[in-house]
Amino acid sequence: MKFVLDAEQRMFGEALHKLLAEAGTPAVVRAWAAGSPAPGRALWRSLADAGVFALAVPESAGGVGPLPVELVTAFHEIGRHAAPGPIVETVAAATLLGRLGDEAPAATWLPGIAAGEAVVSLALPPAVPYALDADVADVVLAVDGEEVRGAAAGPVRASLDPARRLFPVVPGAVLAAGPAVRAAALEAYDMGVLVCAAQLVGVGRRLLEVTVEYAVTRRQFGRPIGEFQAVRHHLANVLVGLEYARPLVHGAALAAGSPEFARDVSAAKVAAGEAAYAAARVALQVHGAIGYTDEYDPSLWIRKARALYTAWGSPAEHRARVMAALARG
Amino acid sequence: MDLDLSPAEPFRAEVREWLRANVPAAPLPSLETEEGFAAHRAWERRLAEARLSVVSWPARYGGRDATPLEWLVFEEEYYAAGAPGRVSQNGVNLLAPTLFRHGTPEQLDRVLPRMASGEVIWAQAWSEPGAGSDLAALRATATRVDGGWLLNGQKTWSSRAAFADRGFGPFRSDLAAGRHRGLTYLMFPLDAEGVTRRPIGRIDGKPAFAELFFDDVFVPDRDVIGTPGEGWRVAMSTTGNERGLTLRSPGRFLAAADRLVALWHERADPADTALRDRVADAWIKARAYRLKGFETISRAEDVGAESSVNKVFWSELDLALHETALDLLGPEGELDGDWLEGYVFSLAGPIYAGTNEIQRNVIAERVLGLPRAAR
Repeated sequence: MKFVLDAEQRMFGEALHKLLAEAGTPAVVRAWAAGSPAPGRALWRSLADAGVFALAVPESAGGVGPLPVELVTAFHEIGRHAAPGPIVETVAAATLLGRLGDEAPAATWLPGIAAGEAVVSLALPPAVPYALDADVADVVLAVDGEEVRGAAAGPVRASLDPARRLFPVVPGAVLAAGPAVRAAALEAYDMGVLVCAAQLVGVGRRLLEVTVEYAVTRRQFGRPIGEFQAVRHHLANVLVGLEYARPLVHGAALAAGSPEFARDVSAAKVAAGEAAYAAARVALQVHGAIGYTDEYDPSLWIRKARALYTAWGSPAEHRARVMAALARG
Repeated sequence: MDLDLSPAEPFRAEVREWLRANVPAAPLPSLETEEGFAAHRAWERRLAEARLSVVSWPARYGGRDATPLEWLVFEEEYYAAGAPGRVSQNGVNLLAPTLFRHGTPEQLDRVLPRMASGEVIWAQAWSEPGAGSDLAALRATATRVDGGWLLNGQKTWSSRAAFADRGFGPFRSDLAAGRHRGLTYLMFPLDAEGVTRRPIGRIDGKPAFAELFFDDVFVPDRDVIGTPGEGWRVAMSTTGNERGLTLRSPGRFLAAADRLVALWHERADPADTALRDRVADAWIKARAYRLKGFETISRAEDVGAESSVNKVFWSELDLALHETALDLLGPEGELDGDWLEGYVFSLAGPIYAGTNEIQRNVIAERVLGLPRAAR
């Protein structure tokens, strides 16, 4: 039993951290939000070159996956750097396509996903009714019961997180149909929930990092505000929340393929959402007025934490799923 | 990364089988009463006879050299079986780790086997009337005399001291040295001449702790732990045990969470989603605590100040579990029973072993790196 990332997994996370830090994600995110996706698409290809998307694609279709532990390691860094785009959706779509039991759509899209050439958005109602960044995506998939359809994007809806551009879907041609679609959609949802939870822990971690830094440098009453117990205790509570969300995410990743996977990803999403949102509230409070500005970069993570809190299933939905699983024993 | 528990499964099976055959059918009387204390001491002897009282200790002191994973598994089985509370826990969890680090071979041989068998039950004597969170303000003294030390002064909030046999804690041995310096860590009999103990009723009236008065109590040199004058360092070297995994293993919270889920299914109104969400949260947090435990034992390095993160989490989890159960029980929540006993116990969690406010200060300074401040 060794319930920590191994050396290779740690190095993978550190390499992604370096890659994303050097890419200067805040500027990329702001461009993405303003409708200039080119820097974001370039970052997408860098992530693909680093192997991120291949982790979600089976070997038979040009990938190395599915590797859930490596995926959550990647999404932790993706959240920590607020990388833009339908990354969760593309990973969930890869799961969906890989499980359809229908070779044609899988053969069409999976190799491109693994290579970073295909950006996929996905609507998976009821929890995921809108297609994220559908105008940038190369294909939009919409699941409806036992059908997967190609879809067009309706008029964009503005999100609290300006980097999340949400589109109603206009269903088009049927790509696959039958009971296998329903099962594949459930697996895709669980995978999306898992990586979204990992992303939330990364978002929370970054918010804690920047807020600690601010509390050390910002002075009031002649001393760093980090000396004041009210501020310190807020930050300590944020750390406690994040420290106990991470093992739930890792535990859920290891449960992939088992009957407990749905229960465990829901537990992880609840804890990660609460921890990241608490981090956002504390980040805003400790930064004060400057944290409430669009221009100051912590707002990128503060807004994302709140948006992701209810994306891919609200906390109430996931708590209900946990309790339903426990009722079944 | 894996969660392969199979190396501990043979041990789990053995423990489960023994507990199934031996756990008393009816709960023992509360261990915070004289009668219950004696019953729990007898239970410790039975555990020891099966070499299950201190599984992680070396065999020569009564343990069986269990791995950390086996210990976690033992704890899971122990609490899942509804086995009695551990009356010897303050000795096992707080004194023994100190002795393993600072004790002499003679002390280990003399103290540990009788602790393992329940023959000697230990009480921690750290706090004083003027030294609670500010432990370095303690004033009880140890004065050098021929062959040993004379203790004077007062200790208080000493858990289990009403019925225990011996105590341990730091005393001021150099009055000229300030605060953290000039302390000596000592063991002493609670029935020694010059010791007066006065039980204190905790919030439900049970004598769960006591205050201790020392009037020229003689302690021989062989009962000094570590170097005289180094008592602060000796004491602090094991606070991680107190706040960390060893004092409150995941097993007890997992068992409580499972019982809470069962209570929900038995009694709850399914339409009460607010209460359902709290049950779900308690279960999720108990699971998080279990996984964090596996993470902790998988790491090579000492967790150090991170044990403060642990203490804040388990103490709040314990309260949440029991508050939710009482709410589920509704008008029966205030009635005497296991959940109420657990609730009263959980109320103390955020206070003992260093208040959660002190833990948050430790987290802020030693984990997050915030500047040290005036309190």
